[in-house]
Amino acid sequence: MLVMEKNSLSEEISKLVDLYGKDRSSLLPILQGIEKNHKYISDFAQQEVARLLDIHPVEVYSVVTFYSFLTHKPMGRNVVRLCQTITCDMFGKEAVAKAIERELGIKFGETTKDKKVTLEYANCLGMCDQGPAMLVNDQVYSHLTPEKAIEILEKLK
Amino acid sequence: MKENKETRAPESQKGHTIEKPKSSEGIGSMVSIEINGNKFSVPLGTTILEACKQNQIHIPTLCHHDDLCIAGVCRVCLVEVEGMRTLQASCAYSITHSLKIHTTSPQVRRARRHVIDLLLSEHYGECYSCVRNNNCELQSLAKEYGVDKFTFGHVSEPLFEEDNSSYSVIRDMNKCVLCKRCVRTCIDLQEVGVLESINRGHETRIGTFLDKPLADVICINCGQCINRCPTGALKANDPSDEIWQAIDDPTKHVVIQTAPSPRAAIGEEFELGPGHSLTGQMNTALRRIGFNKVFDTNFTADLTIMEEGTELIIRLYKALVEGEKQIALPQFTSCSPGWVKYIEHFYPEYLDHVSSAKSPQQMFGALIKTWYAQKEGIDPANIVSVALMPCAAKKYECNRPEMVDSGYKDVDYGLTTRELAQMIKESGIYLPEMEKTHFDDPFGDASGAGLIFGATGGVMEAALRTIIELVTGVKVENVFENMNIVPVRGFEGIRYAELPIEKVGPVPEILKPLVPNWDWLKGATLKVAIAHGTANAKKIMEDIKAGGKFSECHFIEFMACPGGCLGGGGQPIPTSQEIRAKRAEAIYNEDASLPIRKSHENKHVLDLYNDFLTDGPCGHISHKLLHTHYTPRGKYIA
Amino acid sequence: MENKVKREGAVIFSDYTRGDAVKKAVSIGREDVLFELKESKLRGRGGAGFPTSIKWMLTAAAKSDKKYVICNADEGEPGTFKDRVLLLEYPELVFEGMVVGGYAIGAKEGIVYLRGEYEYMLKSLQDYLEEMRKDNLLGKDILGKKGFDFDIIIRLGSGAYVCGEETALIESLEGHRGEARNRPPFPVNTGLNGKPTTVNNVETFASVAHIVTKGGAWYSQHGTDKSTGSKLFSVSGDCKKPGVYELPWGTTINELLKIVEAENTKAVQVGGASGLCVPKAQFDRQLGYEDLGTGGSIMVFNESRDMLHVLKNFMEFFVEESCGQCTPCRIGNVKLLEGVEMIEKGEYTFNYINKLKELGETMRISSKCGLGQSSPNPFISILENFKEEIFNNGKGGK
Repeated sequence: MLVMEKNSLSEEISKLVDLYGKDRSSLLPILQGIEKNHKYISDFAQQEVARLLDIHPVEVYSVVTFYSFLTHKPMGRNVVRLCQTITCDMFGKEAVAKAIERELGIKFGETTKDKKVTLEYANCLGMCDQGPAMLVNDQVYSHLTPEKAIEILEKLK
Repeated sequence: MKENKETRAPESQKGHTIEKPKSSEGIGSMVSIEINGNKFSVPLGTTILEACKQNQIHIPTLCHHDDLCIAGVCRVCLVEVEGMRTLQASCAYSITHSLKIHTTSPQVRRARRHVIDLLLSEHYGECYSCVRNNNCELQSLAKEYGVDKFTFGHVSEPLFEEDNSSYSVIRDMNKCVLCKRCVRTCIDLQEVGVLESINRGHETRIGTFLDKPLADVICINCGQCINRCPTGALKANDPSDEIWQAIDDPTKHVVIQTAPSPRAAIGEEFELGPGHSLTGQMNTALRRIGFNKVFDTNFTADLTIMEEGTELIIRLYKALVEGEKQIALPQFTSCSPGWVKYIEHFYPEYLDHVSSAKSPQQMFGALIKTWYAQKEGIDPANIVSVALMPCAAKKYECNRPEMVDSGYKDVDYGLTTRELAQMIKESGIYLPEMEKTHFDDPFGDASGAGLIFGATGGVMEAALRTIIELVTGVKVENVFENMNIVPVRGFEGIRYAELPIEKVGPVPEILKPLVPNWDWLKGATLKVAIAHGTANAKKIMEDIKAGGKFSECHFIEFMACPGGCLGGGGQPIPTSQEIRAKRAEAIYNEDASLPIRKSHENKHVLDLYNDFLTDGPCGHISHKLLHTHYTPRGKYIA
Repeated sequence: MENKVKREGAVIFSDYTRGDAVKKAVSIGREDVLFELKESKLRGRGGAGFPTSIKWMLTAAAKSDKKYVICNADEGEPGTFKDRVLLLEYPELVFEGMVVGGYAIGAKEGIVYLRGEYEYMLKSLQDYLEEMRKDNLLGKDILGKKGFDFDIIIRLGSGAYVCGEETALIESLEGHRGEARNRPPFPVNTGLNGKPTTVNNVETFASVAHIVTKGGAWYSQHGTDKSTGSKLFSVSGDCKKPGVYELPWGTTINELLKIVEAENTKAVQVGGASGLCVPKAQFDRQLGYEDLGTGGSIMVFNESRDMLHVLKNFMEFFVEESCGQCTPCRIGNVKLLEGVEMIEKGEYTFNYINKLKELGETMRISSKCGLGQSSPNPFISILENFKEEIFNNGKGGK
């Protein structure tokens, strides 16, 4: 990472720490903020957070690896999370999944070469009455069909 | 002082907040309970596990450790509490009202057996090829519960590569049972923070930051995690194969120095209870194994007192008399390599406070391949120098690139108490039955002051025995009964003592080149402090940073391990406060029995100054061989 | 996305005007709020069904300089989505229930722990809180009551089902992994930051808003003796009208299936993945604490569904979502999933499957928290209630 990038990231993390506070209880909001802006939490960012909150880097790493929505490896600009839980599964998740994989040319757990989309499964999104459902970043889409899912993905930047 | 970050550990891993009543005799502070139909009365707040232990009812445990906060995660210690739907982890359940407890009901037995079966299903490794064979808590549990097959299968291939990057600690996560004792040791007990749980669910395992090898993170090599690991998932980096090879090589002159703590604990490896000193027996056994010479590290402990004490006097003189403002005070001890690495990582800006004197191990190493080699007419290239230490960090210390002042690697191998016990057993020797013999010349038997280096406060006491006499001219036994400087002894995490210097005596010959007189110390109060366990060291460092009372100290002893070296990461497993106290007792008793108990009265040390280190303590020659420098490492992990 | 409630019953969706509950609470005083709650016999709506009044009285009685009211909006149980609808359509009920809670127990801080999957509603909820502040339903001296200060912040989860367990939720709020704590001590004494804390479900707070406004006696006249009031059911699966239904406690599964227009139903999973699978023969069973207590997840499976596949989906869920700290849950769920896979492949023995059922029984009583205590439920109930289909119709016997 370039020095300039490091400096701007440090500054950004400092601002998040100022916003949420230096207590350990601010850890999740701070990490969520970094994740939102950078689509992952780099090793440098994790150590910066640890330094500013006066905790050990491994504790930050421990928390990052616990939560599904926090990542320490770079994700694409858009993260698509298709619900894999039972009712979505019953109403056509598999067909949607296959269509998305074909269209993007990647498997679940992978990121497109242009870094546009990372594809993941999620557990129950709370849209069981309207499955299949998926999250695209923080927006939820329901009643998916293969066609509808592809349409949504095509609009992504 | 900045508070110990007690919030650091997850709440789930902490003890309960219920305070135990001060006296257990007061009305209302006792609770009547029933265990397996028998009535008992226990103090309010006692855990079910403690209550059972107090009443000779055995409950198996795995994640529980007396030194650590409560986790309640392994679920081995489950018991039935009447009225509760689920079984309760007895280690985590505080008794606050009358309870009826069943510790061996059918569902309790079945649940424990299931838990053990599940752990075994994912524990890769065969007992007979494990360093913890016959001293493994999982193995004992399997035996206790009569496991004769793997009910839920058994992993047949290792899933993880062993991490043997560290000179000190090897991690084999295939044997890990996720009890998190190492995590609680590293984060809570030591506040080093290298190990934590990573991932979630079935993917959970213990890891380092970004899963880096242990050598690349800020591990201080204390090995306290090894002492508390119930299985063989953590072990020391064992050099005994190389040592055997050297012993078997007739061209090699293999010498061993033995630190004070192993001799006070090695009996535990031979089914003796803790607290038996086997100094003379161990000397004999070492010779039987084939070591050419057996030396006492206490000799260089005495030398350390001379060097480090002199350094302190120089610092004080420069600061108080010559008014040099940049002199770093308080001076910190440097014997504990875990502590040294800790301060290099966590407080590198304070490295100039650390005494430049090498640890006794490294001083000895430098002398063996110079003075001793010369004296005996041996080519130092053919000397293999082994150090028997209670310590995992000593393995790292002898591999520091700067530790080559003799022109060779000063100490070739650091060997732990456990590893030596194994070598002794392999040699067919039953240690307790050995006859007692002395250490070899030219270093001979050392003083009791060197011996007590093994206990927390021991370096300080040894230093004070010498400083008091050299400065005041008064015999230390006239100030402290039986020469026991009780104010610096004990197991309190942090101890502080003040010694007023009311009168001063003449400057002894050896120090005359350094100070003209002691008048400048007359009426002064010497302030000293002691910390053991790096969590306690951290408290003192934060206090010093904040300009608190410890910043006014003159001399502070820091030991990385709880209890000092006798609780080191290379000592016999298990460890507990009770065991460490017994080892300390053994060390102090042996000290009391020795004819020489002050470092400056060690004849061999004085000979060394006359014969070899001719320009005295902290002189040119000693600086070259016996002093070192440190590396500001910081916390950033690249 | 649709959020229309399919059936509005007489309790949760009865008339309510913003501010009603808070106004009433400050006019009757703390004691009476707790009294009405006791009268209502309300039990926690998250699923465990602990009496809410006891929780609040214990928190109120705990002595501390600080206390917290936490709204558990980490709605992660498969098949549950009523909280989504409540938060989007009826936030006044939820937030005012929290304000009343703060008033009753003496807390000044309220926290909504909103699951990360619901981040899309964060903005509208925050806007709503801002409106409440303007109306002095939040803030200092609420509705003119001197010294009654209370405010609410929203904290997001980050994708971890286990954080719906109240002590795991608290750990998460404190910046840790969502690993459940040992209990006792309970959050009512030692909760967030070691302070007395009441953690309640979204629907519980919504119910409180009505109870305080209309009285405990009004509330308890609905439902049954042990299960007072009504319940929101999240209905999904094989039926014509999936969605959120408010039904009185005591409704039978048969009645519910008729309402949601389900046909050829062979099984109903009550209580989500961690609940129980009820076969057709038992559809006369009642929803309520007397029989089938539940957080309200109802998943309907018709004759075409493969129950072993359903079970496998549930077990995969638990293997991923276990926090991983305690042995029975971390490893036990994997063993159960492996058992399902063995059946799927026809590579099982009844002897081993029975051993796994026993293991499931152990997990129920030996896991550290509710997750591992309930995750064997589908394994045990599906294999028991659908053994004909799974073992004897050729599929499992290959």
